[in-house]
Amino acid sequence: MEHVAHDETSFVRPAEVGEMELYHPKTWLGKYVFSQDAKTIAIQYAATAISIGMVALVLSWVMRLQLAWPNTFTFIDPAYYLQAVTMHGMIMVVYLLTALFLGGFGNYLIPLMVGARDMVFPWLNMISFWVYFVAVALLAASFLVGGGSTGAGWTLYPPQAILPGTPGSEAGILLMLASLAVFIIGFTMGGLNYVVTILQARTRGMTLMRMPLTVWGIFVATILALFAFPALFVSAIMMSLDVLLGTSFFMPAIMTMGNEADHVGGNPLLFQHLFWFFGHPEVYIVALPAFGIVSDLISIHARKNIFGYRMMVWAIVIIGALSFVVWAHHMYVSGMNPYFGFFFATTTLIIAVPTALKVYNWVLTLWQGNIHLTIPMLFSIAFLLFFINGGMTGLFLGNATVSMPLSDTLFVVAHFHMVMAVAPVMVVCGAIYHWYPKITGRWYHQGMASFHFWVTFVGSYLVFLPMHYLGIMGVPRRYFEITGTTFLPDSAESVNASITIAALVVGFAQLVFLYNLIVSAFNGKQAPSNPWNATTLEWQTEHTPPQHGNFGKELPCVYRWAYDFSVPGVEEDFIPQNVPPRNAQA
Amino acid sequence: MSTETMASDSLELKPGMAGFFDDWSSDQRAFKGVPWGKAMMWIFLVSDTFIFGCFLASYMTVRMSALEPWPSASEVFALSFGGAPIPLILIAIMTFVLITSSGTMALAVNYGYRKNKWVTFWLLFATALLGATFVGMQVFEWSKLILEEGVRPWGNPMGAAQFGSVFFMVTGFHGFHVSIGVIFLFIFSYKVARGHLDNQTPGWFTKRGGNYEEIEILGLYWHFVDLVWVFIFAFFYLW
Repeated sequence: MEHVAHDETSFVRPAEVGEMELYHPKTWLGKYVFSQDAKTIAIQYAATAISIGMVALVLSWVMRLQLAWPNTFTFIDPAYYLQAVTMHGMIMVVYLLTALFLGGFGNYLIPLMVGARDMVFPWLNMISFWVYFVAVALLAASFLVGGGSTGAGWTLYPPQAILPGTPGSEAGILLMLASLAVFIIGFTMGGLNYVVTILQARTRGMTLMRMPLTVWGIFVATILALFAFPALFVSAIMMSLDVLLGTSFFMPAIMTMGNEADHVGGNPLLFQHLFWFFGHPEVYIVALPAFGIVSDLISIHARKNIFGYRMMVWAIVIIGALSFVVWAHHMYVSGMNPYFGFFFATTTLIIAVPTALKVYNWVLTLWQGNIHLTIPMLFSIAFLLFFINGGMTGLFLGNATVSMPLSDTLFVVAHFHMVMAVAPVMVVCGAIYHWYPKITGRWYHQGMASFHFWVTFVGSYLVFLPMHYLGIMGVPRRYFEITGTTFLPDSAESVNASITIAALVVGFAQLVFLYNLIVSAFNGKQAPSNPWNATTLEWQTEHTPPQHGNFGKELPCVYRWAYDFSVPGVEEDFIPQNVPPRNAQA
Repeated sequence: MSTETMASDSLELKPGMAGFFDDWSSDQRAFKGVPWGKAMMWIFLVSDTFIFGCFLASYMTVRMSALEPWPSASEVFALSFGGAPIPLILIAIMTFVLITSSGTMALAVNYGYRKNKWVTFWLLFATALLGATFVGMQVFEWSKLILEEGVRPWGNPMGAAQFGSVFFMVTGFHGFHVSIGVIFLFIFSYKVARGHLDNQTPGWFTKRGGNYEEIEILGLYWHFVDLVWVFIFAFFYLW
């Protein structure tokens, strides 16, 4: 391949960018709290995201307990149940996965992987985290205010989101909208850093087509976020005005609680369009970093170059572009013009093509590879299985006519959990285990990690596979209880109970995971600097964990792509990216 | 032998799109010769374009779905001089002021790169004053609408309630952008006058040395805000 410099005549351009001015903090506060070091910011992002994610995990238990044994837990009333559904969804999608992939992995990996000392604008990066922190605080505050958090469903559809009768229609919805707006402001600050660092601050020899796919995934996902979040920002402002000032952007003339509401002439469909113009790219904001990271994990742990690197890059870019023209497949039953359904079903099926290409390439990378069944590899394989499953059901839901009867059933819930919840979480776990020795300099506990993997993998299937069946039977989503429904057999309730038991066990395994991460950071075995024999730059740093400024006196020079594994004629089965061609032949 | 030796011919670009892609995807910088701050501002502006795009698209949607007739902008925004109402006269003056400020801004960028400290300062200061004048006229426009014509975000005597909602939201959001720009223009005129950009004095928060590229970055933002106004003018006031 032409982008692999195998001979001496291949050139590295002279330095174009001078050394960046690194800010060296002088106080404890500046070093650990208001740190401008991307690695510290990454850990702050990850810790905050995982903390609020644990809240969302507990909320999912609340939901499951109610569904499995209705009328048993008296503390769960319908309002509380709806609030749990809403906040679980919103936290997991935006505050956990988006923040963890882009704020966490993005901050840690981008500068290290492209060979930069830090993000281009570390100060803004620091502010980005603290604004995110405020967003999370506002979100958490909504649990505490009168009326509680919003129970409008994570899609926050008006008119019901702001009308009395919906839980949290007093202060909860306003805090939710404010929190989202603040999140978007904070994310924009970070996102600009990620994109510009990748575009303008790579090290010498790190061409775009030599970047690890992890960086490509995060890069395109961040661009999607920068262009998709504005729609959510605008709709948050407009809905806040509907609540606070009594405008009627989204509110038609409507009867509420026996009285005519003050609104007239608004357009609720407008909100749905704006929301999903954000919402669908959001799916890929979560999925693309997962795609990128899993490509690297599979390649490294199968000791084989990624199959079809360029195809993988272009697939990421094309998926990113197409993700902006599929949004209304979430709105087939909304009452929009049916011809739209035709258009959006077509684009939805088209976006499946590059996605399927990626799946083929992952499988072909594994094919005849030297597969090491390490924990990261196990999670990568689990990702493939979940993702293929979820992708298949996506074909059902993408077709307008097939989708209509399945709308608002548990089939939809099963589909999106498979494809954009469990699958990316598998990658998150695999990636944390993969980079843990670099981030902490220590090993995690193998036994606990294996336990975590097997319980999560098997348990997640036990949770979400039966849900497809319930959905096809017609069990609706977001319902407080389904008892006494004549068309559902009793087995539906037994299935619900078994799902809940599996969910509780899977949740418990995540606690073991966190325990392992925290305790091993202090007590784990010392890890070598490149335990997986990986090629990318973050494994070639002088220190483990990498110090402020990432690399030693000189930035590394890159001579090859990130996938020189098992190169014929080379003794070692990997060649790091910064090894010059003449040193590689030994 | 240095590993950095290069065959000079390999630095020459291939003809056509292949060369473009090679150059764009080569190492270190995708946009050659562009400082990171400038690239960051451009990308931010694209993101901001999506915000204003969503605002304007939403405006058109609610205008289409409003039940009552949409008030005529040229009548609502008319000022009377000597008894005869002149449609959009205030808006025309505001637009003229803002576009003029774009001109002084462009000159400021140019003189900044020539390191002509005082001319740069006066041009920046003039831009800031013009921007502040725009905001002042907007305050006048708002107060006239609210106090004299009874337009409120939730309703107005002339027709569809969404007219006022959209007006206050979109011009408010744009005015907020202008105000932020004016604040930064004043800050940078101060910095230029004090020689912070000549001496590369570290910034108050970022601790990074100042330079005249920052004027251009500020200019990008200012021109963008002006450009957005052109669209608001066309879609809201003229339609």
